[in-house]
Amino acid sequence: MSAGTYTPRPGAAPLPRMIAAQTALETRMLLRNGEQLLLTVVIPTLLLVLFSSVDIVDTGAGEAVDFLAPGVLALAVMSTAFTGQAIATGFERRYGVLKRLGASPLPRWALMTAKTLSVLVTEVLQVVLLTVIAFALGWSPHGNPLSVLLLLVLGTAAFSGLGLLMAGTLKAEATLAAANLVFLLLLVGGGVIVPLEKFPDAVQSVLGLLPVAALSDGLRDVLQHGAGMPWGDLGILAVWTVLGLGAAARFFRWE
Amino acid sequence: MNSEPRPAVRISGLVKRYGDKTAVDGLDLEIPAGAVTAVLGPNGAGKTTTIETCEGYRRPDRGTVRVLGLDPVADAARLRPRIGVMLQSGGIYSGARADEMLRHMAKLHAHPLDVGALIERLGLGSCGRTTYRRLSGGQQQRLALAMAVVGRPELVFLDEPTAGLDPQARRSTWDLVRELRADGVSTVLTTHFMDEAEELADEVAVIDAGRIVAQGSPEALCRGGAENTLRFTGRPGLDLGSLLKALPDGTEAAELSTGAYRITGGIDPQLLATVTSWCAQHGVMPSGISVERHTLEDVFLELTGKELRA
Repeated sequence: MSAGTYTPRPGAAPLPRMIAAQTALETRMLLRNGEQLLLTVVIPTLLLVLFSSVDIVDTGAGEAVDFLAPGVLALAVMSTAFTGQAIATGFERRYGVLKRLGASPLPRWALMTAKTLSVLVTEVLQVVLLTVIAFALGWSPHGNPLSVLLLLVLGTAAFSGLGLLMAGTLKAEATLAAANLVFLLLLVGGGVIVPLEKFPDAVQSVLGLLPVAALSDGLRDVLQHGAGMPWGDLGILAVWTVLGLGAAARFFRWE
Repeated sequence: MNSEPRPAVRISGLVKRYGDKTAVDGLDLEIPAGAVTAVLGPNGAGKTTTIETCEGYRRPDRGTVRVLGLDPVADAARLRPRIGVMLQSGGIYSGARADEMLRHMAKLHAHPLDVGALIERLGLGSCGRTTYRRLSGGQQQRLALAMAVVGRPELVFLDEPTAGLDPQARRSTWDLVRELRADGVSTVLTTHFMDEAEELADEVAVIDAGRIVAQGSPEALCRGGAENTLRFTGRPGLDLGSLLKALPDGTEAAELSTGAYRITGGIDPQLLATVTSWCAQHGVMPSGISVERHTLEDVFLELTGKELRA
């Protein structure tokens, strides 16, 4: 490199370019990570295919896939917005990635925007994949797509807040363990593949307040039963969103 | 090098505490623009805290910090595009490839360097598709260095840039720092290595227990304070009183054993010439002349009472 190569010429790139670049990088990191793919793609797909074709769980009247597809969509949102985001962000914090980016021209809010966009991009890929598979399994969804979209967006916001709260306060290893444990517990007890009716009444009403239960119940109301806006479930998700994002904003530590 | 009107960094009365531990304790420091400044100190002296306060990571408990005339916390948005940062470790996605990470960093800047050329320059071309976590320690260090300069900053902060590098890679890093200086970039680096400070720095700031204990060019630091020694052997029983009259005040001379002489004080070329000409006048043939000049290492030890790499 010749003389004058390093002559200072500082300047930040335009914000949209920075956010686009950061979103692309975050998404590539996620799709390159084997454990993340297991969580976001392999597990939801396997559950959908397995439980739709083999009669293991009693999913009530009608086709099993009509019950399972909404639950698995909720699971997909949780796997990306909560579990995947918590683990990835936890390790980025641990390895100083968040710190180093904090000294770059990219503002922190733009970094968080890029993370959110990357989660949304991943979810779109998940929804497309799972929808195609569900249709192949004979899924016949009903309802208003707008209600579905609203549920997915609010669910994403609620899970993101909780995931970032965990990533920004716990050690990376603790986040890894806790995020996976929560994923597993909510998978079983959140009405994703096992109907909540299988649990005792008292337990049911508590489990129904879980974000993944609200999301899968809301999606099921619309997609399986053709209901209108599931306001109750949206309300539960909204409360989780406010609590999660509020606590994350308050307690998140960048280093 | 000090002709720039405004220093790159101006710190006055900086105090930074973590709980009841005081990391930086009333530190004053001016770092000249367009030069290479080395911040030297033992572990826990407050080097990294000081640098990270300049980078905007830490808020001073007391005192003021100005970097390129800006407040690193309040003016962060304006300052960040103008500085380059190399953290002591990490800072890179473990799943990212070297060229991918560097290209990304370039995209965050308006007028970045040519990424391909920078990769070649730092010998990172061989990393190929290897992700960060599988790069060697040296490759990881060089990638972090490349990320600090790719945005064409006015000022770069390098926190121990050559820790863990082999001699060849160290030299290559030094060359890059010299090229930065030649092109007018200001560099602040922390280091454990005396030779690094002596080779590279225009200015050295020695930091101990959260304060600056000495600052100046490496030559000035080695000259000032520290006593240097000249030894020679000659005919026994020389009239040292006569010799001392010819030498500057404060110089001392002694015959340690028969015919073995030691002169201590500010040993410079002029003094050496005076001693040899005095010997010539007195018909003395001095032999085994040796000059022991203090290194920055000695200076450091005298100032802090500590080995640099404890």
